[in-house]
Amino acid sequence: MRKLSSTWWNIGFQLLGILLAILFTTLILIFVGAPPLQTYWLIIKGAFSSLNSISNDFVVWVPLILATSGVLITFSAGLWNIGIEGQITLGAIFTTGVLRLLQSTSLPPMLIIFISILAGMLGGAIWAALAGALKTFGGVNEIFGGLGLNFVATALTLWLIFGPWQRPGVGSMSGTEPFRESLWLPQIPELRISLWSVFLGILAVVVVYLLLRSTYFGLKLKAVGKNIRAAFFLGIPTWQYLMISFIACGLLAGLAGAVQVVAVYHRLIPSISSGYGFLGLMVAMLVNYQAIWAAFIAFFYASLNIGAIQLPIVLKLDSSISGILQGMLVLFVLIVDGIRQRLLKQ
Amino acid sequence: MDNNTIFLGLAGVLAAAAPILFAVIGETITERAGVINLSVNGTILLAAMGGFAIAVKTDSLILGFLAGMAIGGLVALVVAFCSITLRQSQVAVGFVLALLCRDLAYFLGNPYMGLAGPRLSSLPIPGLEKIPYLGTLFFRQDWMTYLSILLVFASYMYIYKTRPGLMLRGIGERPSAAFARGANVNRMRYIYTVIGGMLVGLAGPVYSLSVKAGWKGTRSGLDGIGWIALSITIFGGWNPIRAAFGAYLFAFLQWLGLVLQPRLPNIPSQVLQVAPFPLMILTLLFVNIGNAEWVDRMLTGLNEPTRKFVSRVLRSLRATPPASLGVPFDQD
Amino acid sequence: MIIETKGISKTFGVGPSAVHANVDITLSIPAGMIYGILGENGAGKSTLMKILSGYIQADSGQIVLDGQTATIHSPIDAIHYGIGMLHQDPLDFPPMLVIDNFMLGHHGSLIPDQVKAKTELLNLEERFGFSIAPESYVDSLTVGERQQLEIMRLLWMGVQVLILDEPTTGISAPQKEVLFSTLRRLAQDGKTIIFVSHKLEDVEILCNKIAVLRQGFLVGGMQPPYDINKLVEMMFNKAISLGNRQPCTPGKVTFVIQALELEDYRLHINLENLELRAGEVIGLAGMEGSGQGLFLRTCAGLVRPVGGKLIVGNNDLTGKPYQKFLENNVAYLPSSRLEEGLVSGMTLAEHFLLAEEQKGYFLDIEYGRSLAMERISDFNIRGTPSTPVESLSGGNQQRALLALLKTPLTLLLLEHPTRGLDIESSIYIWRKLKERCSQGTAIIFISSDLEEILQYSDRILVFFSGRVSSSLEASQTTVDQLGQLIGGKGWEAIMDEVKFNA
Repeated sequence: MRKLSSTWWNIGFQLLGILLAILFTTLILIFVGAPPLQTYWLIIKGAFSSLNSISNDFVVWVPLILATSGVLITFSAGLWNIGIEGQITLGAIFTTGVLRLLQSTSLPPMLIIFISILAGMLGGAIWAALAGALKTFGGVNEIFGGLGLNFVATALTLWLIFGPWQRPGVGSMSGTEPFRESLWLPQIPELRISLWSVFLGILAVVVVYLLLRSTYFGLKLKAVGKNIRAAFFLGIPTWQYLMISFIACGLLAGLAGAVQVVAVYHRLIPSISSGYGFLGLMVAMLVNYQAIWAAFIAFFYASLNIGAIQLPIVLKLDSSISGILQGMLVLFVLIVDGIRQRLLKQ
Repeated sequence: MDNNTIFLGLAGVLAAAAPILFAVIGETITERAGVINLSVNGTILLAAMGGFAIAVKTDSLILGFLAGMAIGGLVALVVAFCSITLRQSQVAVGFVLALLCRDLAYFLGNPYMGLAGPRLSSLPIPGLEKIPYLGTLFFRQDWMTYLSILLVFASYMYIYKTRPGLMLRGIGERPSAAFARGANVNRMRYIYTVIGGMLVGLAGPVYSLSVKAGWKGTRSGLDGIGWIALSITIFGGWNPIRAAFGAYLFAFLQWLGLVLQPRLPNIPSQVLQVAPFPLMILTLLFVNIGNAEWVDRMLTGLNEPTRKFVSRVLRSLRATPPASLGVPFDQD
Repeated sequence: MIIETKGISKTFGVGPSAVHANVDITLSIPAGMIYGILGENGAGKSTLMKILSGYIQADSGQIVLDGQTATIHSPIDAIHYGIGMLHQDPLDFPPMLVIDNFMLGHHGSLIPDQVKAKTELLNLEERFGFSIAPESYVDSLTVGERQQLEIMRLLWMGVQVLILDEPTTGISAPQKEVLFSTLRRLAQDGKTIIFVSHKLEDVEILCNKIAVLRQGFLVGGMQPPYDINKLVEMMFNKAISLGNRQPCTPGKVTFVIQALELEDYRLHINLENLELRAGEVIGLAGMEGSGQGLFLRTCAGLVRPVGGKLIVGNNDLTGKPYQKFLENNVAYLPSSRLEEGLVSGMTLAEHFLLAEEQKGYFLDIEYGRSLAMERISDFNIRGTPSTPVESLSGGNQQRALLALLKTPLTLLLLEHPTRGLDIESSIYIWRKLKERCSQGTAIIFISSDLEEILQYSDRILVFFSGRVSSSLEASQTTVDQLGQLIGGKGWEAIMDEVKFNA
């Protein structure tokens, strides 16, 4: 049926996927004996009921959209940058390091913060370049190279927190000594969100959207991702483009790590990346690599995370239900898309 | 530390490696058929939780282990369906399931946190267990550990010495040729993916009912084991014996970290615990380095005897995956 | 076993671009003989053999074995009926051991008796004079040895009919002797050998009977003694309407080859010196796999020659990377349009933007669209700027590929420029190519269509089994002559020096 390839059918199938995801999540809730409607309502309330909760949504949204934007670049190049978690972590490490270095100097605080953010971006870029080099010159698949580097990053973080950057007294899982308030990215009073970080998030998604859709670089990268052989024959220097996409993603991931330090936790903690790298991969898969929807889907995913926080307290449910819904959405969109393509072939 | 304590510790290493062996051998079988099941990390967590929950509910260890296997098989079935029938990317589906199953494990396992459940007891082999040192090491284990050792040899025999194992290797290397020789490639891929998944699923309850008894949610320390198992599969060159070496090496490094802890007060314990992870994965660089193009070019520049030597070293290290790994087969 | 095909037909695709690979083929092959099937590329030989051996199913018609209709739905069905096929690239398992390859697929107990299999293998080797170590890896064997292994395996599986598809491509002369004596012995033992080839000489010495296919039809058969000229006529003859040949006046020398030596897995080729002038067209003739592809890719800078020199314009580009060749105005168009030429999933406008000189950093969508419209009308492409290239028909894809080329070009290399295109598209494509000639571009192209080669080339190089002829003047070559050369005959008559691989 020719109709199956039209946009309406496309949207219809995606809606079906979303419905199935909600259905299965609801089934899980019922299985555990939780009231589904009340759970969903609590999540919505938790995410949107007060100014405080909405600002928390944004706090999660910023690093998530930064990671997603970065991953959209590597997806465009046909790469699975699983190493993004490590890249975020290295960004956080570099940022913390520079802050520690400069915190006792007489430089103006905003300048210190600015330099430390740049350092974070550099850290992420270096880590991503490592993964890229492992792939291009070492023949190591970027999935496993990335995984390995993720683990190295985690080990590095732990060593720093419990070793050289220990809190005075004894090192603990709560992280390094928090930075003084003047070194925090200026926040809206009473709320945890900094308009600067929101700005950075918006800037990132706009820049990546423009980059991928409206520049020659984006077009060539797309060609590399879709058919690396044909791209090569057309004269595109393929391995250079692959490396550049790794580095570009690393810059954004490093920025996410920097934001985590300078605007959210104000210190280095063991799981500083908070799983935003992997979550960003999922968001990117869901938007089918189209940047324009990324900001909204990321916000939806962020509010799911925030909304589920009080579930353990109120309903005695583990907050991972948000992760379940997030995962189900991607899984069912994948399944439904696969079914649609099979029907198209017949 | 006296000898007896060392051997007790090493016996612990054997036991700690058992679940990793199940996962690695399961994944090796799946990948030999040409399918990557990236969901291993999530599957282990979900199977550990599920196996524990069933064991607590039914007070039966056997049902707990079976539940773990069933969960592993079910997740693998989803991977197989999405990748073989729906032709979606194996990496995409596996990755999503890795995260989804992990969250399912934490969510569904909430009520079971901290509960005490049945625990696998050791099964000393009468007579053999009295052998000094070796008895402690090998013959005072529980039956899952014995099973894991048997599995290594059984899977080796199956893959390399039996007729169906030969066909399995053929399917992974060149499905078109295997098809020409009568194999229903896609059906076999389904079967091997599910079997591999069941073995991976078995690793879960081995943790929650034995090695790290109980279910502690995010603090169970199981998050990450699945990714390690995937890397050991590659390190093992898709050969069960070599993979077993990798698994034992990893468990040994973890134990070493614990042992050395008091002697290295400057290095935080968490680091030593995590240290084997990156070490194992960085070794991937060495097993893959032979595959890179520039190495070939560099080799042609060396003189003959050096080249032969380096070539042989690289060839023995080399872990060349089954040629059709990750590539769907159009059987129509 | 007597094999008969009754009215076998097979069509690929639908509509005007459908390919009628086999049309109503009826033949009868008796047992105990070597039966040759001759035909040029695209004649339908491979399709027929794939149907017989179970890889594809015919649209209509039947296969009758010893008087009984056979239903063959898969390769293993065919084996059970006793029909086995040796592919040009043997369907074996390169990373595995010889003995494993030999045993894989054979019925038996859970634990295969390796000792018995090894004995069987060595016995067969002795019978036929092969020597392949059972414990070696298949990827260390030569093509000829892999063929031998596969033949032994099929015999062990009990085949009565052995189909060989172009078996002598890429094997050495001594190995060919061994193969031929093996086949004769098998025929003596009562087996049926179907020998598919384009090599006239081989077919002449080996076969007891020959059938000729052309354009999907069975055009005739012959028994020894063979009349080569008649065979060539049956294989290649068409209504030759050469029309007016319009060579461009050649300019100065723009491309030089000196003592080029090329090598790949199957072939080793030596070329004598060659000079191309601006506006000249050289056609590369020969059956697929004879080395033209390798030569063309070397000229494009995609493959490094193992010896000799390549000079484009005034620059020695030997061993330089592909990018350098592009910079020196060399362009290469691969024959697999969607796999290597165009990016599936991107539109025409996007392709044109990619091919053009980059204007700044940002894409000018309007410019892309107008550029695409321009090219679309220029090249008569049936599509719009936003059509994804995979929805274009083959002819339009080829036009798009041509439209992507930059101007001016020093050297244009085309791999099968009109493959799969209807006559109208082909004529159009050549009109465009001739335009480039008049602008001074030299062209080298590969084609399996003799008419095309004779019509459009100024000079012709024939490739056969690793040998390359010295360049022939197209205006002085006939279809028959070309056909013979492609089949391996008549080389001595035309060449002063023949360099070949022993």
